[in-house]
Amino acid sequence: MDELIFFINRVLISGTVLGSIYALGAIGVTLIFGILRFAHFAHGDMMTMGGFIAFVLAGLLTAMGIVTPLPMGFVVLPVAMVIAAFLALGIDKGFYAPLRERGAKPVTMLIASIGVTLMIQGLLRLIFGSGTRSFYATESKDIFRIDMSAFGGTRPISITEPQVLMFVVTAALVIALHLFLTRSRLGKAMRAMADNADLAQVSGINTALVVRVTWIIAGSLACVAGVMLALDVALMPDLAFNIVLPIFAAAIVGGLGHAYGAIVGGFLIAFAETLAVFNWTAVLRPLNGLLPEGMALPSNLSLVPTEYKLTVAFVILVVTLLVRPTGIFKGAST
Amino acid sequence: MALIELKHVVAGYGGAPILNGVNMAIDQSDIGVVVGPNGAGKSTTLKAIFGLLKVTGGTIEFDGEEIANSLPDRLVPKGLSFVPQEKNVFTSMSVEENLEMGAFTRRDSFADTMEWVYQMFPVLAEKRRQPTGELSGGQRQMVAMGRALMSKPRLLMLDEPSAGLSPRYVIEIFETIVRVNAEGVAILMVEQNARQALAFASKGFVLAGGQNRFTGTGAELIADPEVAKSFLGG
Amino acid sequence: MSTAEAKVRLLDRPLYRGIALFIALFVLVVVAGVSQGTASMLLILVQATGFALIALGLNIQWGYGGLFNFAIMGFMMVGGAAVTFISYPVNPAFWDSEGPMLLGRALLAFLIGLGVVYAARQTRRLGLRGFGYGLLVVLAWFAAYVIYRSQIDPAAAYIESTAGFIGGLGLNPVLGWMFGGLLAAVIAFFVGKISLGLRTDYLAIATIGISEILRALIKNMDWLTRGTMSVSPMPWPTPLPQALQAQGVGIAESFVQARLGFLVLAVGLLVIVFYFIQRAYGGPWGRMMRAIRDNHIAASSMGKDVKGRQLELFVLGSVLMGVGGAMLVTFSQIFDPSGYQPINHTFMIWVMVIVGGAGNSWGVLLGSLLIYVVWILSDPVAQLIFLNLSQVTQNLGWGAIPEIDSRALQMRVFVLGVVITVALRFAPKGLIPEVIRHDR
Repeated sequence: MDELIFFINRVLISGTVLGSIYALGAIGVTLIFGILRFAHFAHGDMMTMGGFIAFVLAGLLTAMGIVTPLPMGFVVLPVAMVIAAFLALGIDKGFYAPLRERGAKPVTMLIASIGVTLMIQGLLRLIFGSGTRSFYATESKDIFRIDMSAFGGTRPISITEPQVLMFVVTAALVIALHLFLTRSRLGKAMRAMADNADLAQVSGINTALVVRVTWIIAGSLACVAGVMLALDVALMPDLAFNIVLPIFAAAIVGGLGHAYGAIVGGFLIAFAETLAVFNWTAVLRPLNGLLPEGMALPSNLSLVPTEYKLTVAFVILVVTLLVRPTGIFKGAST
Repeated sequence: MALIELKHVVAGYGGAPILNGVNMAIDQSDIGVVVGPNGAGKSTTLKAIFGLLKVTGGTIEFDGEEIANSLPDRLVPKGLSFVPQEKNVFTSMSVEENLEMGAFTRRDSFADTMEWVYQMFPVLAEKRRQPTGELSGGQRQMVAMGRALMSKPRLLMLDEPSAGLSPRYVIEIFETIVRVNAEGVAILMVEQNARQALAFASKGFVLAGGQNRFTGTGAELIADPEVAKSFLGG
Repeated sequence: MSTAEAKVRLLDRPLYRGIALFIALFVLVVVAGVSQGTASMLLILVQATGFALIALGLNIQWGYGGLFNFAIMGFMMVGGAAVTFISYPVNPAFWDSEGPMLLGRALLAFLIGLGVVYAARQTRRLGLRGFGYGLLVVLAWFAAYVIYRSQIDPAAAYIESTAGFIGGLGLNPVLGWMFGGLLAAVIAFFVGKISLGLRTDYLAIATIGISEILRALIKNMDWLTRGTMSVSPMPWPTPLPQALQAQGVGIAESFVQARLGFLVLAVGLLVIVFYFIQRAYGGPWGRMMRAIRDNHIAASSMGKDVKGRQLELFVLGSVLMGVGGAMLVTFSQIFDPSGYQPINHTFMIWVMVIVGGAGNSWGVLLGSLLIYVVWILSDPVAQLIFLNLSQVTQNLGWGAIPEIDSRALQMRVFVLGVVITVALRFAPKGLIPEVIRHDR
């Protein structure tokens, strides 16, 4: 039983947290690719930016002496999302729209997005320094411990308050996105434009409006993902830059342009990473009793050493691109 | 007054113009058919009307209003609608969603228009929840026409609606076009099946080299020996 | 009369523009030299020369071939690891231990693993298809991985505990640069072979992934590279300042002399490379490359081996990246795998090529020197601005700006971003654009 609890704590919970972050980031990447047809490299930095916006807001509230039962990061989330959405619109207007109007190739757009990456990162480091910050300077992380003694376990399943909130927020956002894409006029127009941009234009769909909506969704979701990442680990300017590749991996595995694929891809990559570095000996230890005298499981039976955790995502990314660039689901790119 | 009138239209993709002075006039009750050899500028004419390429000379008047170089999101509310030749449906979306996209510019309720489209194409009503990508070529063409009709256009433009369809479907599509016209929608279409289409056309235009060659009623053009010899294959 | 006409045609506008820009650059370098001191200026120049080599490599790939490569950092690291292995002094503790034998076994395991995978792939010939074939290949990869890991893990642990790392061969660093180029070529060959078929944006993402994989490997293979512990001091091919000091040269003077010596070697290498690139570009080879870049389909329908030619460009460009990366490591005397960042390496090179003018070697040369000087100078300039600002805020009673040193250093990342976006918007072809010659 303890082995199962260990597995839940180490794989199920942390994999889900990471998967939520990846999924929310990958949705933005995939939507931007679907509508604007370019790989938006600055997405990781839009996440970091979101994290810092929330951090500043939380700091302001705390300085004003406001205390809430929920972690500050979540309290300020809606406001931070709105600010991030506006910033995303501004970035598009300032840097991408002029190139788009000139009819620039996707590659040029991609390089431009790297320029945006550098600018955001430079600014964040300039303003906040390159050190690490935490949302929990003034608050403490509540940890829920679910007692498992009733099932014969000696250790509890432990999960922190922000983790629980993350699951709730991610689930709510994914459902909201689903309803938006399948029920609303604009959501359907977005799918239409991702499916066939020329026909969308011919149908009289206001494509400029759809582009704006795309940035609003991508920007605000990136903000949520950034805040979550900051809450789960810590906040630093190059935080998201390190996970922009896993996010691309998630979007590509799910098929670029497919929002649902991105969600599945996010969790797939997250669990692949978590399982690859998981030490199976911890779970299989009871088998030692069955093994003959003198034989025992090695003390570390993980697939790859922990320091290669992110590399797992890179390998999946490269292999997917080489084997099935349109993603693992059927129905090739549109 | 004509519903749409093109006068000396010059248009192209930036380089040398493809249209060198095209003239056309269509009334509300008309079915206009544009025929001519490959590269004559037939499809280009429709695209120029619909703002998909740059008009550099001449005028395009719709209902007395100059519309040259207006973009589709302005033209659709005015009552123009266009069915491209290829990739004219959203394959990943259901039939009903395709139709809804046709009504994107409408702010009023379009339930009755959708009923009207389903009456026109009963087979679509059965498949309203199916992804369009799973339909046959002829059924897709119906979805494409249905989508274009959802904005309640006064002028429906079709780019080779019968391309790639089996003879049975060609007749069906042409019959539908005549029916749509009977409900008061003007038609302007480009056709490869020239003889068949001119047979029901009230106005026919023969284009070559980006200019009008012959203009007349469909019957006149079919009867003209020169047209028949050069453009209708004998 | 005719000579005068020819002169007018020779000195047409791009050339004037190029000369003017190079003069401006020269002035900038002199200003930097005066303000920072000769030794610092020489340091900047040597490093800029190294980056110019790498930028020329990218220009071959992107400018001539239209191939996207975001793995520059990876190839530079490969070059750095290579020169470390060749030029670092021999580590007797390793060679006297069981280490070489264990590594030999690991190599054998690696080859066996390759054999297993190869055998699995051959089942296709026996008629195995579909899911069964896929499963078999995946299993073979897994088996190969386990076989290799079973040998390399104990070997790595043993070497790290007894000898630290395998050390070097103690050979001339220039040999190390060549080896860096060779190693980069081998890796580029395999990378190009499997990934050049991808469309550009996918290729960009794939190469950046490959770059990160290379970085993770080099950073974590402590037995080979000492990983985050870094290797130093690396020997120079030219006399080190310390050696000159031993001969009685003054300390300040010794740095100038030593760096000047290195600069001469580096510039010599750059000139040779530049000459050959220019010759190749002007010749039939360059014409064919441009034909392929500008129109894939036409070129392949004319019977050109598009894929083969592109692979050639990819490998050639990567060689320069490996050599340049190795040279920079030798010059800084330290190989620190954790010091490599996509921003400082991959992206900066891209900025150099785009700002300079992709496809034009002169432009790229200008771009790389200019951007590197701007990159270096952003720091002191930003510091100056911050210090003044800090003075203002202090006078206003808001207190001084904290951590000016570390913040000012970040200014250059921002400047790089501004430069690239401005260039894309207002001069997408670069400062000295490619001159499209209509041959005959």
